[in-house]
Amino acid sequence: MVPATTTVTPQAYLQAQSRWHPLEIAFWLATLLPFILFPNYLSLASQIAITALFALSLDIILGYAGIVSLGHAAFFGIGAYTAGLISKYGWGEPISGLIMAAGVAGLVGLTVSFVIARFRHFTLIMITLGLGLLAFEAANRAHWLTGGSDGLQGISIWPVLGLFKFDLYGYTAYTYSLAVLFVVFLGARRLINSPFGLALRGIRENWVRMPAIGADSRAHIRKAYTIAAAIAGLAGAVLAQTTENVSLESISFQRSADVLVMLVLGGAGRLYGGLVGTIIFMVARDQFSGIAPQYWYFWIGVLLITVVMVLPNGIVGGLSHIYGRWKRK
Amino acid sequence: MLPPVFGVLFDGLAYGMLLFVLSVGLSVTLGLMNFVNLAHCAFAMLGGYVTITLVNEFGWPFLATLPVAFIAAAIVSVALERTLYRRLYRSSDLDQVLLTIGLAFISVAIAAYIFGTTQQPVETPSALRGSINVLGLGLGKYRLFLVGVALVVTVLLIAGLEYTRFGAQVRAAVDNQRMARGLGIDVDRTFASTFALGSGLAGLGGALAIEIVGLDPNFAFTYLVYVLIIVSVGGLGSIAGSFAAAILIGVSDVAGKYYAPELGAFLIYLVMVVVLMWRPAGLFGRR
Amino acid sequence: METEMSTPSLATKDAATDRAIALATRGLTKSFGSLPVARNIEISLPVGARYALIGPNGAGKTTLINLMTGMLAPNAGQILLGGEDITALGPQDRVRRGLARTFQINTLFAGLNALEAVTLAVLERRGLSGQFSRGVGSHGEAIEEAYGILCKLRLGDSCYQATRELPYGRQRLLEIALALATRPKVLLLDEPAAGVPQEESGEVFEAVASLSDDLTLLFIEHDMHVVFRFASHIIVLVSGAIFTEGSPAEIAADPGVREVYLGKRKHG
Repeated sequence: MVPATTTVTPQAYLQAQSRWHPLEIAFWLATLLPFILFPNYLSLASQIAITALFALSLDIILGYAGIVSLGHAAFFGIGAYTAGLISKYGWGEPISGLIMAAGVAGLVGLTVSFVIARFRHFTLIMITLGLGLLAFEAANRAHWLTGGSDGLQGISIWPVLGLFKFDLYGYTAYTYSLAVLFVVFLGARRLINSPFGLALRGIRENWVRMPAIGADSRAHIRKAYTIAAAIAGLAGAVLAQTTENVSLESISFQRSADVLVMLVLGGAGRLYGGLVGTIIFMVARDQFSGIAPQYWYFWIGVLLITVVMVLPNGIVGGLSHIYGRWKRK
Repeated sequence: MLPPVFGVLFDGLAYGMLLFVLSVGLSVTLGLMNFVNLAHCAFAMLGGYVTITLVNEFGWPFLATLPVAFIAAAIVSVALERTLYRRLYRSSDLDQVLLTIGLAFISVAIAAYIFGTTQQPVETPSALRGSINVLGLGLGKYRLFLVGVALVVTVLLIAGLEYTRFGAQVRAAVDNQRMARGLGIDVDRTFASTFALGSGLAGLGGALAIEIVGLDPNFAFTYLVYVLIIVSVGGLGSIAGSFAAAILIGVSDVAGKYYAPELGAFLIYLVMVVVLMWRPAGLFGRR
Repeated sequence: METEMSTPSLATKDAATDRAIALATRGLTKSFGSLPVARNIEISLPVGARYALIGPNGAGKTTLINLMTGMLAPNAGQILLGGEDITALGPQDRVRRGLARTFQINTLFAGLNALEAVTLAVLERRGLSGQFSRGVGSHGEAIEEAYGILCKLRLGDSCYQATRELPYGRQRLLEIALALATRPKVLLLDEPAAGVPQEESGEVFEAVASLSDDLTLLFIEHDMHVVFRFASHIIVLVSGAIFTEGSPAEIAADPGVREVYLGKRKHG
């Protein structure tokens, strides 16, 4: 059976939504360009990949489930410090270190998720803010564990797969960060296109309707939050390993706020929004690194207001809207 | 002779009163329409800089600038409400957060551009300098003045809420917005007026704050966290709640700095999270 | 009737008609502060019933549905679904046991299209919504079922359109489709044709008429033509309490009802 106006069966229609678009393939091929075109900027590229992964993790809860979190950097920082500590105390193997750090962050996320799932709106925003600030203060005070404001020292990472050492040129670092980003992205893409992803979208679209169709929204939110926490921890761990350093910045409100801006700029709930937003934001910040921070934030403020008033789905949303209208002509 | 701890308590009380004046506007507007205005402390900053300009550039006496700070902040808030805020009354929390944070960023940049990034001092009248000896404690005259102003504001607000028609409209809208609309109350206009009043109070608070904590362009964010904590702990839409929470936070902060500096802000954040988990609408909030 | 609490089989039989009871409320009471919105409500819906719930505005009809579905917690009383006490269950658990409702004001997934929305409901019912190993597109049976429901309600042709782009009448039909996707035994319809323009309301009623005979229906409605056409039994609710109930003929003839409700000007 087929709807009268098209020739696409319902199942084919839904299957087509998860097919790879040529633009996506072009995007991922383009991520290899820095090796050839910008070999001096590989450490920046690596930072971008790490932050993009972090933005992707926030997208899962913000863009898909609709949870506004002002403290997501807590998980990034937990992952970073865990990976750093594992190495500091003797185990420098990177990939297993990543998995352990993601596991710890995920576990904390699971615990916190029971609180998060119970609240909404302003209360939830304040709780995420409060928990994020608490995590920062805890890291700040626990000098003996985290090095406090001096940062975590003594991290030494063994070569990846026993062959590739992290060096100053950044080739290994960028390859590593990009590989982790891509692998996790594949998983996130699958998640978004799965029944669970559809349920998250349902929660975002209409909270009240979900129980009325038999859905346990809180269980879905707990699951999404745990996954997002684990991925954020993974990103933090990659940072710790590639830079062999962990500072308080990784668990700060600044990081939580910046990643929110990047995600919204690119467009939340669009899978590529976080990636695109991160690239634009961080390249711009690098280019304008000379100016004082207030003036940088002036333009960010203007951009935010523009996005809210004019471009509600961010850059990716705006582009796909234009693309959609162009196609229909 | 009172032990020095009472001096610390008094300082904390004065600080709390300042925080109350800063926070009460946000509490009422949040309770009224659930509009998350993170630019609230930018209005406070505006009031502070108005006072600094009038005193330092134009030689006005400090006390005369206070009403101007209030009015200036209120006027700017009306302008912003008409142009931007109005469109977002029914928008998502995220949109409101982003818009108002964007405004706060812009205000910080403008302040830094005009006034520079260092703290600006202001000359307070000689009548308010120094301290009075009460029961063996030296109570700062400025702090006493601050407490006085805050109490007057509180009395006026409570009287206004209880005895004026406008106040009744505000109470109705905070209690049950849908029913208030059903009764013919123009909630949007009530919100706009309350918003102007609340922002004006923030401006006044900003002007008063210069002497206690100093004013620099980062004020819009530094005190935003305190204000948000007070509003969420005290309860949205509750003057009594803001009052109680502000005193609690003020005293905890000052006492903490004196007696347990290692704890720092940790305790305050913890208190907020615990209170919200136990009472999501705040200690005195409804719903 | 009985007051025993532990033998549900006795409570499921309706003495008058000897049919099993699909949904019953016993002494259901709710107040908001000092404002009572439900007063000791006793309702019994036999299986396959076509009951209408009428009453003036503010009588508490939607509140009653909210109480039955678990969106509101009662101050006192019980709700029994097929004999089982569901009073302590949350809304989603009641849906899983076969109690569904539609909303008076469209409560839909604006950004999803009809196919996605109904498929989601079907996947939830089948317990597949927690899965993230395969794409939605691979769940052929669920999609077939969802499409089937949409076609039955004449929504098949517009199922790829975003919900917010559908005409209002179609959206009301989607409300019903979402409820049907949960395979309910009891369906509570809150003014199914409310706000639907005259040309489209026929479709909505045909959809209601075509619902299976095993399905137990309770619908809130203001239009008395609709009520007399579809209902076999009418319950009149006034100020949170049951004023009277009976067959359409009895209600039409009741002077008290006419005074309270029918005597007032009909509103669309």
